[in-house]
Amino acid sequence: MSNHAETEHHIVSPKLYVVIFLSLLCLTGLTVAASYVEMYSFNVVVALGIAIVKAMLVVLFFMHVKYSSKLTKLTVFSGLFTFMVLIFMTLADYISRAWGRW
Amino acid sequence: MPENTAIAGATEVEGHHEHPPYQRHHFETMGQQNDATNFAMWLFLLTEIMFFGGLFTAYLIYRNWYYPAFVQGSHQLSIFWGTLNTAVLITSSFTMAMGVWCAEMRKKSALVLCLVLTFVLGLVFLGIKSIEYHEKWEKHHVPGLRYNLDSFLNPASDHEVYQEYHDKPLPLDMARHTELYFFLYFAMTGMHALHMIIGIGILTFMIIQAQRGAYTTGHVTFVENFGLYWHFVDIIWIFLFPLLYLISRHAN
Repeated sequence: MSNHAETEHHIVSPKLYVVIFLSLLCLTGLTVAASYVEMYSFNVVVALGIAIVKAMLVVLFFMHVKYSSKLTKLTVFSGLFTFMVLIFMTLADYISRAWGRW
Repeated sequence: MPENTAIAGATEVEGHHEHPPYQRHHFETMGQQNDATNFAMWLFLLTEIMFFGGLFTAYLIYRNWYYPAFVQGSHQLSIFWGTLNTAVLITSSFTMAMGVWCAEMRKKSALVLCLVLTFVLGLVFLGIKSIEYHEKWEKHHVPGLRYNLDSFLNPASDHEVYQEYHDKPLPLDMARHTELYFFLYFAMTGMHALHMIIGIGILTFMIIQAQRGAYTTGHVTFVENFGLYWHFVDIIWIFLFPLLYLISRHAN
């Protein structure tokens, strides 16, 4: 176990937290403003796109994943991957059940 | 018991290198212990992702099936309260992140302040949520318990919402599916709120402990892992907000 590479404990500075906090507030404002603009089917795309950016900021900086071990990064990724499997496999099922009968 | 500790103490003097009292005996170093605890916390969060993931998937599918019902159901929510609550929750995430920093820097009173702020903002969030829930109750939009289709069969009767959206009346069959929208609304925001209530409970405990100086000795694992939980709950809301409140604004 002695060759096990432990992560050095990285302390994120308050300045960075403030920057992330303000960006999150701006993005919240942006997503609300965007919902008032008629973009047809792109309203959903923009809203979810902004939500994903916000979530990434929280995960990478507030949750320190950017400074974490490879194990943590892999764990987070595998969680998202499993969630994607849930979404896409379920949708693939629903879309293909009534194939050609829409 | 006293015997055991005496033996453990003795071996420590003989063989082991010195280590802080909060390091568990089965870990070689603090770094290893921190990595293991962090990994465990993330594994727990993965189960949480899948737990909420099921609700999100249900929402996705039913929204596609009963699209007009979901759009009109969504028009009943107040974007003002939703936006305000998002800001409150993001701020609480920020104060929590600052709390972790204070613990790392061993600033006791600043840590207590951060935890108290997080606690208060959590309560504000729940307060706003209860205003919204109360409005649903008043308007008979609580599925299974107190439900009325008037707002969807005859949207003009619902003045405030009608002025904003000018929704067309839904056929009875589709109008009945708005109940499904509200069911998912209450299930998702309710499970989210339950996570907040549990978090606030743990925060109460942490504030007492922090005042006693428990987290400012260099052992920040508990604060750090609670931070992960709190931020996770924040992320769930970051997705609930656009999905429930925003994306149906222009869909007609």
